[in-house]
Amino acid sequence: MSEENSKAKKHVTWAEPPQMTLMETLYIPAIAAGIGTTVKRMFGKNETRQYPEVEPEIPPNYRGVHRLNRDDQGRVKCVACFLCQTVCPAKCITIEATATDKTDPNWADRDKYPATFEIDELRCIYCGMCEQACPVDAIELTSIYDLTGLSREEMIFDKEKLLEVFDETTQSGKDPVRTKRGTLGPASEILVDLPDESSSSDHPSS
Amino acid sequence: MGSVRINDVEVDVDPKSNIIQAAQQAGVEIPYYCWHHDLSVVASCRMCLVEVGEKKPDGTVSMFPKLVPACQTPAKPGTVVITDSDKVKKSREQTLEYLLLNHPLDCSICDQAGECYLQDYTYKFGRAHSRLNEPKVQRLDKYHIGDQIALFTDRCVMCTRCVRFTREISGTSELHVVNRGSVEEIDVFPGHECNNKLAGNVVDLCPVGALCSKDFLYKKRVWWLKSANSVCTGCSTGCSIEVDQNEDKIFRLRPRENPQAQGSFMCDEGRFGWKYVNSEDRLLAPRKGKLGTATPSPATEEKPKSDLDFSDPWPNILNDVNQAIAEAARHDAHKFVAIFSPFMTCEEAYLLASHLKSINSHIRLVLGPVPVVGADDCYPKGPKGESPAPDKVKFTIRAEKCPNRLGVSAILKHFQGEVIEWSTVQSELAAKHLQSALFVGGYPQPVLSNADVQNLSELRLLIVQDILRSKLTDNANFVLASASFAEREGTVVNHAGLAQRCHAAVRPPAEARADGRILMELAGRRGLFHADSLLQEIGAVIPAFAALKEATMGELGVKALS
Repeated sequence: MSEENSKAKKHVTWAEPPQMTLMETLYIPAIAAGIGTTVKRMFGKNETRQYPEVEPEIPPNYRGVHRLNRDDQGRVKCVACFLCQTVCPAKCITIEATATDKTDPNWADRDKYPATFEIDELRCIYCGMCEQACPVDAIELTSIYDLTGLSREEMIFDKEKLLEVFDETTQSGKDPVRTKRGTLGPASEILVDLPDESSSSDHPSS
Repeated sequence: MGSVRINDVEVDVDPKSNIIQAAQQAGVEIPYYCWHHDLSVVASCRMCLVEVGEKKPDGTVSMFPKLVPACQTPAKPGTVVITDSDKVKKSREQTLEYLLLNHPLDCSICDQAGECYLQDYTYKFGRAHSRLNEPKVQRLDKYHIGDQIALFTDRCVMCTRCVRFTREISGTSELHVVNRGSVEEIDVFPGHECNNKLAGNVVDLCPVGALCSKDFLYKKRVWWLKSANSVCTGCSTGCSIEVDQNEDKIFRLRPRENPQAQGSFMCDEGRFGWKYVNSEDRLLAPRKGKLGTATPSPATEEKPKSDLDFSDPWPNILNDVNQAIAEAARHDAHKFVAIFSPFMTCEEAYLLASHLKSINSHIRLVLGPVPVVGADDCYPKGPKGESPAPDKVKFTIRAEKCPNRLGVSAILKHFQGEVIEWSTVQSELAAKHLQSALFVGGYPQPVLSNADVQNLSELRLLIVQDILRSKLTDNANFVLASASFAEREGTVVNHAGLAQRCHAAVRPPAEARADGRILMELAGRRGLFHADSLLQEIGAVIPAFAALKEATMGELGVKALS
């Protein structure tokens, strides 16, 4: 043990605090400088914000509470592919998929949709990977940053709640739908800006 | 055996195999869709095209000018195969581009995604982007193709594996190709849906997501499923299967290829016959004392345990069971029977038999009722549904609907020299000659007649080890809640004497326990239930099972009994 201690001591450099000068030991100049700063700030520009009366401006790429987007017919855009649930590092998304009712004309062009879609907002780490993984741009993170609740159950957002967030945020204009992949049914559209074929490197023979 | 050269690897192959098989032997992957080793060769998908040449006697190699399909070309000695040249790569890329022309990009909602050959091969050999500017041809999905099968028409790559399966293996020929060219589709004749007893296999055969199982449709993405190798307990064929589960819930059973057992397929009875595992009637905890004659509500049987109640009901009950057995045996061991279910594994039967015989050698061990339904059902069927000639049989669904009659019989025979059939005990029960019984169940469907249940209930002592609640368990003095096939380890012996290992895929529900664990504790053996070491013991003790001692079991099983 003692050997170890002496070994450790060899690698430790002890630093003493520098000696204070006479002026510093008086403290009066430091107090005066402090009062000076206070007075300067009293008349200068206000650096603090009167939250919650004045809300901060949230940048457009802020990752807040999730929402589930609707498609142009008002249906849930999500096709229940489970990619967000797969990619989620916090495992806070739970989806149950179901087949659409083919006799319902409103759903004739869709095969699969989420029967339930739950996000545990407390477990979520707001990394935004669900948004990136989504092939149909159905899940997005909004700029809502001040999420509160009184119980854990309340903070598990179900499909209806997440669609509600979509309605709220799009109506208030705070979070327009950010993606530009257009209307979408079964995830089958073609990206508009495909890389130029002739110059792309994956086609060496032509 | 002849020597074949695949790229730079020289392999000795059976001259009857084709180049795909030879390449697999050499560790070289040749992609294919339409070829399947149990079906005829059509060479229609053109995915397996490779460069093939021949080694001349003077040592020179002459290559064929065109690419040839590997599935159709026999690997005869001296064949030279090149699978990694630019010509082959280009061909694969172009084949895939054609296959994907009208293939919808709906992987996100396709059940096959994750185990799709189109995905895999496109990733490995294909192009990243489509050059098609025109809209894709969209076709109507056909949910009517079978009771268990849905056809997503536009995902089909026309490999016709399903068509060949219904023609060659099931012999029922429901599926056909209709139309030609780009409007080619799989379909059935009106009113003749694909509902044969092997129909579920076309879903496994489909290399893409065109044929989907309605039972599994949208239930789970496949990358979350974990598989355990097991054996189907539906009949005595003992098909090797994989049990796919997630979070202790079974989602599907799939056949596991085993030439010794059943081949590559399984029947729908087995494939969809696992639902009783999640039945609401499952026994969730051991119990002491009869429930009484009135039909009790489930609430009286299983009192919900509080979250903080960690007490284990098993040690006390097993202790009481042992005392009750000892007392009954002391009273009159001849009037005590232990009824062994043909659903038990060999290890469980051995544990119970050796334990009971050690208590009192006069306790009689009985083979329980063996469920038999109809006659053996052989495939492929003829045009009028007639059974094939015995040498043409490719798949058999056996009439004996239990997995391990042979194994349990062999163990009973070892311990008492003979196998007492259920019918003997049945008549003794009716004549009120018996006093106590231990009944091991595990049957998915009830097998006892009302009279049998009544007679058993009137015994002084009735111990029941079962999975589903029934009148018998309600009237038992002791109920030991045990596990279904998917929840236990063990070995079963099929109709041909092939011993195969089942692995536990999920955990038993609530307080129920795997039979092996119950019996280990009942027998007062030290340590945990370990199928391998028990099997060694069985092999050493029982001469009929000597084969099990020597051989390591593996996943394909060992021929144990003849």
